[in-house]
Amino acid sequence: MTDDITLTIDERPVTVPEGTTILQAAKSVGINIPTICYHEFCTSNGLCRICVVEVEGSRTLVPACVAKVSQDMVVRTRTPRVVNARRTILEMLNASVDLSEDENIQDLMHEYAADEARFPLAEPRQHAILDDNPMYIRDYAKCILCWRCVQVCADDAQYTYAINFSGRGYHTSISTYYDLPLTETTCVFCGQCVGVCPTGALKPKREWLMELGYTPDQIMQMTRTERKSRMRRPQASA
Amino acid sequence: MDDPKLMDLQTKLDEFAPTGRSALLPALHHTQKLFGYIPQAAASRIAASLHIPLANVHGVIDFYTLFYRQPVAETVIHVCNDPVCAFAGSDSLFKNFYREVPHQAASGGLETIALERSPCLGLCEHAPALLVQGMATAGAAGQSWQDIITGNFGRPHTQITREVDILTSNCGKGAPTWLAAYEASGGYQAFRKALGMSPAEVISQVKASGLVGRGGAAFPTGVKWEGAANAPGSPKYVVCNADEAEPGTFKDRVMMESDPHRILEGMLIAAYAIGANKGYMYIRGEYIHQFEVMAQARQEAMTVGYIGERVLGSDFSFDLELRLGAGAYVCGEETALFESIEGKRGLPRIKPPFPITHGLFGKPTVINNVETLANVPYILSNGAEAYRKIGTERSPGPKLFCLSGDVEKPGLYEVPFGVTFRHVLYDLAGGVRGGRKMQATLFGGAAGAFATEKDLDVRLSFEDLKAAGLPLGSGVIMVFDDSRDLKQILLRLARFFAEESCGKCFPCQIGTQRQLEILQNIASYGTSAGDREQLEDVARTMTDASICGLGQTAGSAVMSAIQQWQDLFKPARERKE
Ligand SMILES: Cc1cc2nc3c(=O)[nH]c(=O)nc-3n(C[C@H](O)[C@H](O)[C@H](O)COP(=O)(O)O)c2cc1C
Ligand code: SF4
Ligand code: SF4
Ligand code: FES
Ligand code: FES
Repeated sequence: MTDDITLTIDERPVTVPEGTTILQAAKSVGINIPTICYHEFCTSNGLCRICVVEVEGSRTLVPACVAKVSQDMVVRTRTPRVVNARRTILEMLNASVDLSEDENIQDLMHEYAADEARFPLAEPRQHAILDDNPMYIRDYAKCILCWRCVQVCADDAQYTYAINFSGRGYHTSISTYYDLPLTETTCVFCGQCVGVCPTGALKPKREWLMELGYTPDQIMQMTRTERKSRMRRPQASA
Repeated sequence: MDDPKLMDLQTKLDEFAPTGRSALLPALHHTQKLFGYIPQAAASRIAASLHIPLANVHGVIDFYTLFYRQPVAETVIHVCNDPVCAFAGSDSLFKNFYREVPHQAASGGLETIALERSPCLGLCEHAPALLVQGMATAGAAGQSWQDIITGNFGRPHTQITREVDILTSNCGKGAPTWLAAYEASGGYQAFRKALGMSPAEVISQVKASGLVGRGGAAFPTGVKWEGAANAPGSPKYVVCNADEAEPGTFKDRVMMESDPHRILEGMLIAAYAIGANKGYMYIRGEYIHQFEVMAQARQEAMTVGYIGERVLGSDFSFDLELRLGAGAYVCGEETALFESIEGKRGLPRIKPPFPITHGLFGKPTVINNVETLANVPYILSNGAEAYRKIGTERSPGPKLFCLSGDVEKPGLYEVPFGVTFRHVLYDLAGGVRGGRKMQATLFGGAAGAFATEKDLDVRLSFEDLKAAGLPLGSGVIMVFDDSRDLKQILLRLARFFAEESCGKCFPCQIGTQRQLEILQNIASYGTSAGDREQLEDVARTMTDASICGLGQTAGSAVMSAIQQWQDLFKPARERKE
């Protein structure tokens, strides 16, 4: 038995079970709070902060996807302070990463009137496309560092631990052990990471080759020889 | 695979293995000592021995700036790149060295040398500061290159000025106060007294003293201890935060290198009070000398039985591990520090839950700053009432201030809370260097705010500084005279935050970079229309939406400067597209 909690969201009373996040509580009464890094099947780490809301008595804004409701909490989901933070996060992100294939973020940019040219001096994160296996390519210039791929590869699903991080801060990137090609890691090519990637940074190789203009026949040829040559290659021991 | 070094490593790894993942940092340090860097083959051995996935070992190595995945050099020289050292000439020092390195290497006189720019090394009163293979140098500016690379240099000696001598009475003697001398000065009497009291009585003494944390967050220490003592769950931990890396701060370094037992005694009392049988002390990676002093003090304390099973015949047992960081300011944030001890990337956790219930290894934990713990023996020995006679009503006790920059006598100052800024700067520290005018003083470090002449009569206490809009932080007072370029200061601080952001949350990960880019552009080309609004928007977003204190304060110096000097970012030209 969990106790019910009553709180106010955007001046409306809401009652939900204890342990509910502000995001879920708002959703239960039809109030939509935007999210980027949040994924229903992944651990929430409160990374993108697009879901921040104002909570009375809190010094800073509060991430709705991880913060739990409490009794008599007063939440406002769209104050000027909130909107300003969301817009600035979108503008800063847009200046860093190629977001062209992320529809959710494109919609949010529009909704929050984010200025695409707000930070003209910004140095975007540049990465060459990694094409090191027959299954999928990694185009980290599109990576927003939502961590989903790392998490599904680890404790959220696959327990394979093939990928982790390099660097830190703005120069963080997703990487393998000592930057080895995926074929020389523990990766089992389950494709879970590709499935949860929101930005097109991880993409099935076929889809990528199609976009480049190859015909299905050509693609078949290319990926088949690649698979064979991989199989002949001895597995490097870690 | 029969490299003898790898076999050496394996022997050590077998020792580390029972500790599991939490031995990762020590294992990496050991590897780097053996090889000069962390070769892939060694990293694979570590992963296998400690049962950590390979990719996660990579993630940890790559997080810390003092670990290298490629061979570096036999001698690594770190040159401080932060404002105080920059104004004292660290840039030209760096450039001179840079010219000398190939020259020296070509003449065959030396093996390889690597020069690296570094964030504040905690040697600000010796600006420009240098570390040569982890050894601090004194007066680097006046020394020849040959002396520096051959290690032929003096050790820095910190000037200590006292109006009270509760924390620093054993400091500044040029050598650590070891156990015998510490005991002769009354050391460990407080701990013995505490063992004769109930844990609850100890906590109530500390609560009554009004002691407040000195690490920056100003949380009441007794309340924290009580929270952890009452929290369900075991084991419980005590952690000493000695990751001192806030630019301008060097007080914990001086305490560790001079009076290590005072800190250990404070930790022991904390452990007894909350019922912890295990403690960790996390020392910043650049403080190798201080780490060695603490390790030796720990050994002494074990030998006489202050640390160990059934301490001094009581029912209390205590085990202490020391951990050396590896170059990450963010690991001073308490939850990032726990992650680091646990062998993970030093990323702050989302709070709540708080450390008193979910701290190190998810268990109830008290984490305190070095200086906070160093206050505890006095409180126990002399009682809360005596302690409260020092300082102000709401900020009782003594406080260490770190004075650096354009001041006649940079150094460490121990004063009672409540003396004025003017008193410290002019009466004790001799005023601004060369009799110049003070332009600005940064309070609280990189995460701080600027004071000007109008603030000279502010009393140095939590409440008075707060009212003046100045953070006390870790006790940083960084003085800049009227010749210094404020925008240069802000640029250096911005670079510090961009380099030290852990990268977990978007506002800080990206905001610190945007802030740096804007300030860089202003420094090179002058201010453009819109720069100020961008700086304000970025700073506000970081302050409002970041996960931890790093991001929440990364824009605070910029915002403070904009408030103080309205015209600082007045556009000189329209932005060129
Ligand atoms: C980015 C960051 C760095 C910090 N660095 C330190 C540090 O080096 N030493 C320290 O004691 N506290 C540091 N803190 C504060 C700690 O999180 C924590 O509040 C403190 O260790 C608690 O000890 P106290 O109550 O004794 O002050 C830092 C906080 C942040 C956000
Ligand atoms: S590659 Fe995709 S899933 Fe992985 S962190 Fe980047 S954006 Fe997220
Ligand atoms: S505020 Fe900065 S340092 Fe703190 S969690 Fe976010 S990115 Fe990391
Ligand atoms: S959706 Fe909540 S922090 Fe990303
Ligand atoms: S050591 Fe250079 S600023 Fe602190």
